Amino acid sequence: MRGITAWATYLPFRRLDRGDIAAVAGKGGGRGTRTVASFDEDATTMAVEAGRWAMRSLDSQPDLLLFGSVNPAYADKTNATAIHAALRLNASCGAFDLGLSPRSALAGVLLAAKGAGSALVVSGDIRTGLAGSVAESAGGDAGAAIMIGDDSPEAPVLAEIIGTSSRTAEFVDRWRTPGEPHSKVWDEAFAQTMYIPLGSEAFHAALVDAGVEADQVAAVAISAPTPRISAASAKNLGLSNVVDDFSQIVGQCGAAQPGLMLAHLLESASPRDIVVLVSLSDGADVIVMRAADAIAAGRHAPTVADQAAAGAPVSYGKFLSWRGTLQVEPPRRPEPQRVSATAAARSNDWKFGFVASVDPVTGSVHLPPLRVSADGERTDAMGQRPMADVSATIATFTIDRVAFSPSPPIVFAVVDFDGGGRLPLEVCDCDESEVEIGQRVDMTFRLLHTVDGIPNYFWKARLQRG
Amino acid sequence: MGSHGIKDQIAIIGMGCTRFVEQWDKGLDDLIISAADAAYASAGVDKSDVDAYWFGTAQGGMSGITMARPLQLQNKPVTRVENYCATGSEALRQAAYAVASGAYDIAMALGAEKTKDSGFQGLNATPPPNDGTGRTLTAAAMFSMVSPAYGQKYDVSSDEMRQATAHVAQKNHANGARNPLAQFQREVTLDTICGSPTIAGDLGVFDCAGVADGAAAVIICRAEDAHKYCDDPLYIKALSFVAGNGSGLTDPDYDYTTFPEIAACAIDAYDQAGVTNPSAEIAMAEVHDCFTITEVVLMEDLQFSERGHAWREMLDGRFDRQGDMPVNVDGGLKSFGHPVGASGLRMLYEAWLQLRGKAGDERQIETVNPERNLALTHNLGGYPGEMVSFIAIVGTELD
Repeated sequence: MRGITAWATYLPFRRLDRGDIAAVAGKGGGRGTRTVASFDEDATTMAVEAGRWAMRSLDSQPDLLLFGSVNPAYADKTNATAIHAALRLNASCGAFDLGLSPRSALAGVLLAAKGAGSALVVSGDIRTGLAGSVAESAGGDAGAAIMIGDDSPEAPVLAEIIGTSSRTAEFVDRWRTPGEPHSKVWDEAFAQTMYIPLGSEAFHAALVDAGVEADQVAAVAISAPTPRISAASAKNLGLSNVVDDFSQIVGQCGAAQPGLMLAHLLESASPRDIVVLVSLSDGADVIVMRAADAIAAGRHAPTVADQAAAGAPVSYGKFLSWRGTLQVEPPRRPEPQRVSATAAARSNDWKFGFVASVDPVTGSVHLPPLRVSADGERTDAMGQRPMADVSATIATFTIDRVAFSPSPPIVFAVVDFDGGGRLPLEVCDCDESEVEIGQRVDMTFRLLHTVDGIPNYFWKARLQRG
Repeated sequence: MGSHGIKDQIAIIGMGCTRFVEQWDKGLDDLIISAADAAYASAGVDKSDVDAYWFGTAQGGMSGITMARPLQLQNKPVTRVENYCATGSEALRQAAYAVASGAYDIAMALGAEKTKDSGFQGLNATPPPNDGTGRTLTAAAMFSMVSPAYGQKYDVSSDEMRQATAHVAQKNHANGARNPLAQFQREVTLDTICGSPTIAGDLGVFDCAGVADGAAAVIICRAEDAHKYCDDPLYIKALSFVAGNGSGLTDPDYDYTTFPEIAACAIDAYDQAGVTNPSAEIAMAEVHDCFTITEVVLMEDLQFSERGHAWREMLDGRFDRQGDMPVNVDGGLKSFGHPVGASGLRMLYEAWLQLRGKAGDERQIETVNPERNLALTHNLGGYPGEMVSFIAIVGTELD
């Protein structure tokens, strides 16, 4: 039996109220909200966050890591390697990028479903558009992670993949020249006429492949370029059991959208339910799954619905500045320097893996790791202590209004980790008035800044909420 | 093994100090020439009489050539040193040891910094290429964590802490207002201090040191030679330095209410000088008031106040110019200004004036007498948890 052995999604904390757009841009907007990646997040960091949650339930490592995004941090260099490092995957685990279309990550799921071994397919996307555009208001930001493998005690299959089908067609419904910050779209009505037959053909072919009838399907999720195409497709297929696509809260999240929909399907499925994912992107891809008896075991990560219901607002002005559309004068302080590639490579375990050292004699934990014990007595006698999943408590904090930040001021805290170790570091996703001594925080993988095209990834603290 | 110091082996025979201010019309070379020429004149020596030079600058330039070129020194040994904000003091320390060793007869230590050419706010350091995981906070942010921690530990309300730190700013501005070399020669009211915009945490603009350009220089010789050059030299009683290991940043036991590097440095300095009762034996102190709260905590780390008492004694005026223990009579970093590499020697310059009764009627303190004729300068670099500390003790008499 082969299928999905773990899944998780990541929705960033901030929400843009679409109603705030027209007052500034003079047009656009609409009802509801969209998710907004913070200034310190990108496709890679959101994929890492989803991947961390997915990996937490497993006793095994994937053989393969696949990453899909429309706007990865790097071209000409694999992005999946940073995710591989942050997830502390085995060196023998191949890490590959899948390309730059919304279809990419789902392609990874399909490839893994037909392949052998285990594969973790992660995606992350920040959807952008010109101010006032539909792409801006209808887009959303998210990360998703789907683990595929054969059933095993270490990683039992939670949803068996029992049928798939794909249809491909060349037509231009949206496009972007590599390097451009925004996509452009053709007439949505044209896209709708193209996608409806593609979706219908793939849907029915996948049911045949799975050997099930349409009336056996408990729920269908549709990942479509727009809510209108999704609704038209559901109507064409005669479906009454289509799950919420969160377009009123989250938006359309590009390469992460099929993963988001797949996760939501599985989060609402009962054992033995047959559920179907329909993804419309440059064709149609359909996956038919049967929930295993153990499906509930997969729900250890925050669900899409729970994450969608959480979050806090961000103003349209801040949203525009975070995306670089509105350039705000920075503090009159030196900008950060480019990260040294050689220095970063030497400290991979720390910078990406957040692995501290622990003194076997005194038990003290050192962040960053030390080669020489804190008492100066022993050299190269330290053990390793992974800290990324260790919670911490704020010992003291401050607000720095002068230091350079892409989004000042910097909220900065000295945090003490459970089981030992202290590190002063930035607190993200919070307003300065929210921070207090004694608050609990978790670690999250973030983008500190990008200089000369090199993203500088490291860890920050995030307040535990709820 | 031990830290023995060089008590009474070295004499200070001349000093020079520029005004510390935004010197838009002067470059680093000009500042070096001004301070050096003032020191030569003060000691009554020619440039050629000085055998060796130590030049402190944090970011003004690399190598001894940064000093040798503007002064056109002829085949002299010039060493550039850097030790964060304690750079100027480090230059003195190295020069003093070199003369005490017998290697040279006369040496100059000069500190200079041109901070205002960067165009940025505050002080800035350019880190070497790195992995990008280090902190990027301002020093203000790191020091802003001290006041709340201190208040919590000693049950002092935030309002009382605000009053105590505001008193530091008011005192040091009042002192600077009398000093023609200070950056800010203006008294400020408590309302202005407390109402100033915040920089980091609760630290306002008036809680932060002035950022200035400037230079200061000292000329030293062996103690037995001092009277060849100077009727009233000062003698070095102690030079102590501690470089922290950064443990405060990562040790959960560190509580941000003290600077352990400085407490350790003070113990060593008093031991070198043979000082057993600092408050009774030391007539004045110039300390590193980079932020107002720093000066409060320093009073405890330097053993002038009991733990938890400095805030009260600060409010009571003990450290005022006319108080029992005058601190930062020249205005301190707060109002004299802080050109990084020069500040340690600026502190020594005030001791040079005050202990010898040369500060002028407007500024001369009254605590110096034959039984109490020592001055302490304290110069730190870094921030809470990761700090270097320097302390010098100088006096008018040989023991």
